[in-house]
Amino acid sequence: VCSGHCWSVCLSVAGCYINKMYYLMPDDSTNCFVYIFTFLNRQDLLKWNGWGYSDSKFIFNKKGQAEFTGKRYRLSGMVLPALREWFEKTFGASLEHKTPPRSALNTSDIPAPILNEDFLDDLKATKIPFSHEIEDRIFRAHGHCLHEIFALREGKFERVPDMVVWPSKYPNNKSILSFGVKYFIFTLTGGTSVSSALECPPDEKRSIVSLDTSQMNRILWIDEKNLTAHVEAGIIGQDLERLLNVSGYCTGHEPDSMEFSTLGGWVATRASGMKKNIYGNIEDLVVHIRMVTPRGVIEKSCQGPRMSTGPDVHHFIMGSEGTLGVVTEVTIKIRPVPEYQKYGSVEVAKQRCAPASIRLMDNAQFQFGHALKPQVASIFTSFLDGLKKFYITKFKGFDPNQLCVATLLFEGDREKVLQHEKQVYDIAAKFGGLAAGEDNGQRGYMLTFVIAYLRDLGMDFYVIGESFETSVPWDRVLDLCRNVKERIVRECKERGVQFPPLSTCRVTQTYDAGACVYFYFAFNYRGIADPIHVYEQIESAAREEILANGGSLSHHHGVGKLRKRWLQEAISDVGIGMLKSVKQYVDPNNIFGNRNLL
Amino acid sequence: VLHMFSEPLLIGRDDSDDVLEKRRISSDLRFALKTYSPVIYKSASPCTSSMLKSIVLGSNHMNHVICQLSDEWGEPAETFRKKATMILEEMADNLHLSAIRLLAFILSKVFKRVFRRIRVNTEGIERLKKALSDNPVVLLPNHRSYMDFLILSFVFYTYDLNIPVIAARGLLEIKILSTILRRSGAFYIRREIGTNKLYWAVLSEYVKTMLRMGYAPIEFYVEGARSRSFKSLLPKLGLLNIVTDAFLKKEVADVTLVPISITYERPVDETLHAHDLLGLPKIKESMWALFKARKILGQDFGTSSIHLGEPVSLKALVQGDVNLSQYNLDHRHIPHRPSQEIKAFLHHTGCRMIHLQEENMVISPFVLVQTLRLRYYVLSCGVCIDWPDHMSPEAVVVSSISLHRNIVKIDNGKTMLVQEQQADSSTDKHLMQYAVTVLTCSMYRNQILHIFVRPALAAMALSFTNKTQKEEIFICYSFLQDLFSSEFVFLPGNAKQDFEEACHRLSEWGAVQISKQNIELTETGPLVIFFILSIFQPFLEGYQVCYRIVDFFLYFSKSTICGPEQINMTETLIFPYFQIS
Repeated sequence: VCSGHCWSVCLSVAGCYINKMYYLMPDDSTNCFVYIFTFLNRQDLLKWNGWGYSDSKFIFNKKGQAEFTGKRYRLSGMVLPALREWFEKTFGASLEHKTPPRSALNTSDIPAPILNEDFLDDLKATKIPFSHEIEDRIFRAHGHCLHEIFALREGKFERVPDMVVWPSKYPNNKSILSFGVKYFIFTLTGGTSVSSALECPPDEKRSIVSLDTSQMNRILWIDEKNLTAHVEAGIIGQDLERLLNVSGYCTGHEPDSMEFSTLGGWVATRASGMKKNIYGNIEDLVVHIRMVTPRGVIEKSCQGPRMSTGPDVHHFIMGSEGTLGVVTEVTIKIRPVPEYQKYGSVEVAKQRCAPASIRLMDNAQFQFGHALKPQVASIFTSFLDGLKKFYITKFKGFDPNQLCVATLLFEGDREKVLQHEKQVYDIAAKFGGLAAGEDNGQRGYMLTFVIAYLRDLGMDFYVIGESFETSVPWDRVLDLCRNVKERIVRECKERGVQFPPLSTCRVTQTYDAGACVYFYFAFNYRGIADPIHVYEQIESAAREEILANGGSLSHHHGVGKLRKRWLQEAISDVGIGMLKSVKQYVDPNNIFGNRNLL
Repeated sequence: VLHMFSEPLLIGRDDSDDVLEKRRISSDLRFALKTYSPVIYKSASPCTSSMLKSIVLGSNHMNHVICQLSDEWGEPAETFRKKATMILEEMADNLHLSAIRLLAFILSKVFKRVFRRIRVNTEGIERLKKALSDNPVVLLPNHRSYMDFLILSFVFYTYDLNIPVIAARGLLEIKILSTILRRSGAFYIRREIGTNKLYWAVLSEYVKTMLRMGYAPIEFYVEGARSRSFKSLLPKLGLLNIVTDAFLKKEVADVTLVPISITYERPVDETLHAHDLLGLPKIKESMWALFKARKILGQDFGTSSIHLGEPVSLKALVQGDVNLSQYNLDHRHIPHRPSQEIKAFLHHTGCRMIHLQEENMVISPFVLVQTLRLRYYVLSCGVCIDWPDHMSPEAVVVSSISLHRNIVKIDNGKTMLVQEQQADSSTDKHLMQYAVTVLTCSMYRNQILHIFVRPALAAMALSFTNKTQKEEIFICYSFLQDLFSSEFVFLPGNAKQDFEEACHRLSEWGAVQISKQNIELTETGPLVIFFILSIFQPFLEGYQVCYRIVDFFLYFSKSTICGPEQINMTETLIFPYFQIS
C-alpha cells in the first residue's frame, strides 16, 4: 500500500542542514492514497555511506558522461553532458584516478557494545523495540560531516552507540528516561547534522543508547481556527508537509534537508527554512514545545501567541542540540497552501523587497549550475539556448566569467505574486540587472539538493568538500565573502594542495540587518597523505577568518562539537556560565551526554 | 685598522643588478616608450583617479563625518562637502602613464650623469612581483633624500612593477613640479593631518579606497620625514594607522608591508641636510631654487643601492596582538581614535619596519673611512658593505675620498677635512663652513650607528656599573635604552633580548667573557669598549648638556624634572664616563 515515495526515516535531533538538499515533491504523490510506512531499518532505503537514497546518485556512464540515477528527482535519469568537463577542469580530477569506497563495513572495526543487563530487563518489560545490531548502531553513529563520511568509506569509528531504541509515544519516552537516570547515557540519533553533533564521545564508558524518535510521527490535530497543528516531534519534514497538504495546509518551513530531517531536530538546532521571508524561521513558527528532560517535562501552560513571562523558556530548548532532553511534541503554525508559485532569476538588486526566497550566487556557482544542465533532446531548444546565450553575452555585453545570478521564488496568490515579481524585476533593472528567466531560477534551487549527492561522486575521484555557513551584517557581506574565499585558496596552497580548490559562496537568506552566507569548498586531494586533517585545518582557518570579518559562528548548522571551541568567544564567559547552570539543573548526571555546545 | 677589510667582507647579500648599466648602452627614448605591463593586484577593480575621487567623496565614512561636522558647527553639509572636495583635489594623485614615461626619460638622463651605479637586489624584485599580485602592497622606504621616491619609481618602471602612489609633503608651492609629480603618482599631505577632522577623514578614506580597489601600491615613509642626521627616526604612525585600520575592519583581506632600504654613497642633498641641522634659514622651495640646484648635475654621487626587503604580512603581525572582536561591534564607518592596544601595536610595527630597513642598508666604504676619520674603531658584524673586491683597501679608501672631495682630502698621506685649516679663522662664515663639514662627516658616521647602538649601550652599562653581575648590568642597560629611546629605534618590550644579543656581540669581538651569571672584561676588552663608546660620545655629551641646562632652570623654579633617584642615577652614570675619556 505504499506509494513508493513516502519513506519515513528515523531521525530525531537532526541538524537541519539547509541547502544540502532541496526537496521536490514527487510528481505522482498527490493522486495516490498516502500511507506512511515506517521502516525501522532505514539503511534499506538510504545509503549507508553517503547522502540520501541508495538509488539516487551521480555516476559516469560507459560513455564517460555524467548521469543521475533513480527516479526521485527532476534530474533523475538524465544525462548531464557538461558536468564531466566542469568536474575535470575545476578540480584537476581525472576519471582514471579513482578512490572507490569499501563495499561493506568491516564488522570487526566496530567496537563491541557495552550493555547493561538491568537496563535491558527493564526495557523488555516496557515492550519498546530495541536493537544492538551492528548496522543499526553504525547508522546512528554519524551525521554528514566530511570526516564522518570519510570514516564510513575507508576509516574507523572509535565509538558508536551501544544500542538503539524506538519509543513510539511520549509516556514511553518518560519511562526510558527514568531508567536512564539510574544507569545510562543517551545520545540522540540524527541523520543530517553537519556539526559533529552525533559523534559519540570516544571516552564515554557508560552504555550509549541511541533514542530513535522515528515512530513518534503522527499529526495529532490540525486547528483551522488558529492555523496551528500539533505534531509529534519525530515526523520527517517531507511527511509533515505532505500530510498537511492533504488538508490544504503547509508549514512553509523548507530546510534543504527536509527529505530526511525531523521536526524535533529543527527545534533542537534552531533550523532555518529557505522560504523564511514569508513563513519565518523555526523560532517564529513554533507556538508550543513539549520536551522531556531528566528533571521532568518542560512546557508552557497555554498557547498564547506571545507571552511576557520572563525569558522565553522555548529559547532554552531551541538550539540546545540534544543536551537537555527529547522534544516530543510541537505545536506549529500552518498556512494554506499557496495558490501560485513562480521561480525567477535576476542580477543583483539593492532595495529591500523580499520574495519568498532569494539567493545570490557568485560566478563559480553560476558556472557550476550550468554544468548541471541536462542534455536537451530537441534541436529547437538547443537553438533557443544558443540564441539566449548570444543575447546575454554579445548583445547585453555580460561576461560569462563575471556573471552572477540571483535566484528567486515567489509564493502567494497569483495576483500578488505577479505584482511582487514585477516590483523585484523593476528594482533589478534599475541596477543593471536582467531577468534571466524561470529556468535559471529553478536550476539554482536544484543545485542545493544535488550538491550533497555530488559530494559522493567527488569522493570517488579524490575530491573532498564541505559547506559551511555564517550570518553577517549587510555592510560586511562583500568583504567577508571575498576574504574568506581568498583565505581558503591561500590555505590550500600553503598546506600542499596541488590543485586550485573550488571556493565559492552565495547569499541564501536575507534579513533586515544582514544576510546568511553559505560557502562551498572542495579540493582534489591527490598527493596528500592525510586529506581529512588538511581539510579540517583549512575549514577552521576559514572559520577564524569568518569570525575576524564579523561573521557569526553559525547561522543554522549549530555548534555541535565542531565549533565548540569558539563558542565562549562568541557568547562571552557569562553566556557560557548561564548555559552551564541550566544544563546543571536540568541534567545533573549528564544523561544527555552527547557533549554538544558546552 | 685597514687589514680588517682585507678579508672578504660582505658585499651585498644577494645578487644585485645595476639599473644604469642597461641605460648606458640603449636608447632612453626607447626606454621611455617601452611596453609597460605591470603585474597588478589580482582582485583589483579597474579604476581611474577621477573614479577614485568620486568613490571617496561618496563613501559612507565621508558622509558620516560631514553630517557630524555640520551638526557641530551649525553650517549646511554642503559647505563641508565643498571643503572636502577641495581637500581631495589638493591631495589626490593623478597617475598617468604618459607622465611616468616623461619622467622616466628625464630621470634616466639625470641619473646617468650623477650616479655611477644604481643597484637593486634582483631577488627582491621577484619577491615583490609575487606580493603585488597577491595582496594590496604598502611600500615603506627609509627617507634620506629628496631623491628617494624618484629613484624608487624609476626602478619600478624599469622592472615593470606597478608604479606606486607616494605620500609627499611640501612641494605644493612649486606648481609645475608638483603637477608633474602628481601625475606620476604623488599625493600630498599637509601638516593638519592630526588636527583637522575633515582632513583626516578625506585622507584616510582616500588611502583606504586605494587599498580596497587595488589602485596601486602605496608608498610612504614610516619615519615621517627626511632624516637630516642619517640616523633612523622614530616611526610616525598616521598612515600606518590608516592602513592597519582598513585591515582590522577587514576592508582588505591582508596587506603586505615591504620595507625598503635606500642608501646613497653620497646623497644629492647632503649639504642641505647639514644646513638644516645647523638651523640655518631653510632655502625656500621654489622653481628658482630648483633651477639653482642644477649645478649638482655636474657632480659625482657614486653608487646608490636599493634593497627591497622581505614582504611582511600585516595579518601575521596582527595575529595574537590585537583583539579583533572589538571591531565587529563598532560601526564600520565611524572613525575611532586608536585604542592603547592598537597604538602599541602600531608603534611596535613601525619600529620593526625600521629595523628591517636598517638591516639591509648598504654601508659604503666612505662611511667606514669617515668613522675612522673621526678617530673611531670599526668592527663588522654581518652588514652589507659595498666593498669592491678587486681593489686593494688603499685604493678603495682613496677612491671613496675622492668622491667626497667637498669635505675631505688627502694631504701628505693624511686625510683631513677640507675646511680644517681655516678652522682657526674666527669669521662667522668660516666657522659655519667648518661646522657644515663636520656635521656632514658625522652624518656619514651616523649611518653605522644602528649596528653599534645595542653593544655600545651594553658596553656603557658595563663600564658605568663597574660590576660583573649580569643582572645589575642589565638594569643599567635598560635604563640607558629608556634614556635613548627617542634617539634610537628600539623594539618596545624587547630589552632583555636586545641585551643578550649585545653581550653576545661584545664577546664575539673579544671584549668580554660571558658566563651564566657574570660578564667580565677580557684583556683586550677595555680598548674595544673604549672605541665603541667613543662613537656614542656626542650623544652622551648632548644629553648631558641638555640635562644640565634643564636642571639649572628647574633649580630656580624649585621643582624637579624627575624623581631624585633617577637624577642620582644619571649623575653617577654620566660622570664616570667623562673620567674615562
